[in-house]
Formats: sequence, C-alpha cells, structure tokens
Amino acid sequence: MAKIKYIEFNGTEHEADIANGLSVMEGAIQNDIPGIDADCGGGMSCATCHVYIKDDEWFKKLPEKEMGEDDMLDQAFEPKSNSRLSCQLIVSDDLNGLTVYMPEKQV
Amino acid sequence: MIKTDVVIIGAGPTGLFCAHQLGIIGLKCEIVDNLDKIGGQCIELYPDKPIYDIPAVPKCTGQELTNNLIEQIKPFNFNFHLSDRVQELKNENNKWLVKTLNGKEFETPNIVIAGGVGSFEPRKFPTKSAEKYDGKSVLYSIKDKTIFKDKSVVIFGGGDSALDWAIELSNSSKVTLVHRRDEFRGAPASVQKIKELSDNKTIDLITKYSIKDVKGNGLLESVEIKSESGESKVIKADYVLGFFGLIMQLGPIAEWGLNLDKKTIPVNTQNFETNKKGIFAIGDICTYPGKLKLILSGFHEGALAARGCFKYARPDEKYRFEFTTASSTIKDRLGVKE
Repeated sequence: MAKIKYIEFNGTEHEADIANGLSVMEGAIQNDIPGIDADCGGGMSCATCHVYIKDDEWFKKLPEKEMGEDDMLDQAFEPKSNSRLSCQLIVSDDLNGLTVYMPEKQV
Repeated sequence: MIKTDVVIIGAGPTGLFCAHQLGIIGLKCEIVDNLDKIGGQCIELYPDKPIYDIPAVPKCTGQELTNNLIEQIKPFNFNFHLSDRVQELKNENNKWLVKTLNGKEFETPNIVIAGGVGSFEPRKFPTKSAEKYDGKSVLYSIKDKTIFKDKSVVIFGGGDSALDWAIELSNSSKVTLVHRRDEFRGAPASVQKIKELSDNKTIDLITKYSIKDVKGNGLLESVEIKSESGESKVIKADYVLGFFGLIMQLGPIAEWGLNLDKKTIPVNTQNFETNKKGIFAIGDICTYPGKLKLILSGFHEGALAARGCFKYARPDEKYRFEFTTASSTIKDRLGVKE
C-alpha cells in the first residue's frame, strides 16, 4: 500500500491509500478524485490520465517509461519532460509518499 | 430528408452488429460516423492489435473484426454516412428529426447511440489565441495543399502526420517543424528524411519547444514557441499546423437532454433505451449496474436495442422471435439460397 497525493490544477489536494498492484490512475478513479479522465481505461491508448511529477527525485525513482508512453504523451495536453501517464505507474510500497500534479485539463 | 427506421450513431463493432440485428428483424437503418472509415476505436486505436475475447474467435485484430462485421451486414445494403456527425435532434409527432454537420437530414422513430467514448476529434493547440485562426490559418488537417505554396508553414508534432506533411510541403513552402522532444514517433524512414532535410537546411527543425502564442492582426503573422526552461522564439508563419493525434469528445450528444453519468448514458437493461423515448444507447457509451466495456457486451446490447426499435418502427405489428437457422423470412433477408 502507498499513500499517494493528487493535486488538482487549482491546487486542491487529495490523499488516498492505494493498494499495491493498482495503477495511480485507478487509485484516482476508485477514490473519485477529479482531474484524471482515463478514457481508454488504462490501455496506454489515450493520454487522458496525464500527470506531472514535479519532484525530480521522485521522477527518477519511478519505473522507466515503456516504449510508447512518450509517443502517447506527445498527444497529451501540455506535456513536459516530467510528464507521465498515471495508468503506467503501478503502486507498490516504494511509491509511498508520491505526489502527482494534474494538468489544467486532460482533453 | 431520408426516412428510415433507425439512425445508428457510430460505426464501431457495436453499431455494426446492431445494424445486423435490425436487418435480421426486417428494419432499415442509416449509419453515421465521424471518422472517414468504418470500425470505430477498433480501427482508429488498435487496427493491428489482437483481440482475444470475442466469443468463438480465439484471436483477431481490430481490422479483421471490422471486416467480418462489414461482411456480415452486406446483404442488407445499409447506407454509411462517414466523416459526418449527428449534430441536432428534434422531436416532432413522435419522430426524431436528425441533422448532421454536413447538412443531411433524417426522419426516424429510433436513434441508437453507439458512440463509444464520443467522436474522435483532432487535439487542438492549448493556446487561446489559436482559436481565432482555427480553420483559416491554424489547421489540424489538410484538405488542399496548394494553399501553402510559397508560404511559411510551421508544423507541430512528432508523429507520421507531422513528419509526412513537413516532408511533402518542404518542396514548395518554407517549413519549420517543432516538436516537444528529440525523439519522433513517426516511421523510421520519415524520421531519417526529416533529419536529412534539416541537415541540408531545406527545413528548420526545432525540438524541445512547444507553442506559446500565435500573433497577427486579422491575418496570422507569427507563432511564438517556448522551451521548458522558459526561452522563447518567434517564427514568421502564414500557416500553423498541429498534428497531436485524436481525442475523444462526447460532443453534441451532451446537448440532447439525455441523462448523463460522467461521460456515459444510463439505460435500462431490458432494451437499452435512455430517458428519451426512441433513443437507445449501446456499447461503451452506455452504463447500467454491472456494465462491462467489452465488445461482446456491446453485441448483446445491440441485439436487445434492435428489438426495442421494432416497437416504434412497426407499432401495428407484433415482433416474432425467430432463429436464423430456421426462419425462411430471415434467410430471404440475408439472400441465402437453399
């Protein structure tokens, strides 16, 4: 289990305990946290679960992007070098304390 | 004005199989889809990816599934209205009057929404200022490439569309290609070509920049781009093209007075009718307790919605349940000779 903090674009913070094995995206959807759409349901086919990892240490600590994630991020709203697709971040104890920032919008 | 029994919105697998079921029970339908081809998400998102959970089909691709569904409804000769979108619905005397973006009009007692997650639309620039020029000098698709002759064209994106157009237009226009990172997701041969064109100064290639603002005075004059560290550049531009792939948007469906639950439409599970009489919703776009977003669920939903449509299309007839194996009426409709 990991405590994940989700911060909306307007600054509203949400914190939730997410079970290991779920994705950071699923954690948001199951806890009704707004700001992540996840249109495709976690298939890395839509770029609507886009988040920023603003803490550089955390960004480096996360599992590396698989082939295709950056291609999908090209199609996200305002992607940056610290962008990730939250459906690709699988929760484990190691992610305890992670903070993700939502973009202004997903589509 | 086209009069029909059912208008189906969406030519994905669910809409196609619903059309089949309508044909089997003797109803006519017209199918409208925003994409320029039949198949919906199967074709747009994963034409080559294998699907493993279609009953009795151990493995098939999105393309194969679509081809088979098209084959299956061929006997009915239904019309497809592609690259078009249902825009307006109006109810008059228990009939729905349907208007599309391209100006087509239908009169029908039934509408089946099989719209997936909505219609595919090009993702646009996030900058507000770009809206003013949308469709004039800020474009997301190209219909007539001759307008770019001898003009300055700034292209954004890193996929095949962006690369192909940069290569194509470099023959007759001053092309700048801007992409947010150094890697491109286009075909390796195109990436190679772009690097060559950049090396010999045929095009300007700028990476690690994205759009900041477009500027002009009625006519577009330039585009300002920014790097993540805050540096910015201004490039002269007669046209700005953005190729960021497609996003799915509910679009006009949200304005038809249907109950909505987030981006889905609640239905009853008896015939998949919505809160509006004669409007049904099936496939990924509908929701009910226990809903699974599987293609097989869409098939089931389409079969039941088709029977729901029968009631309004043939109010004076009684629907008779028949098997395709036994019914000579159905075999006639399918054009099967015995």
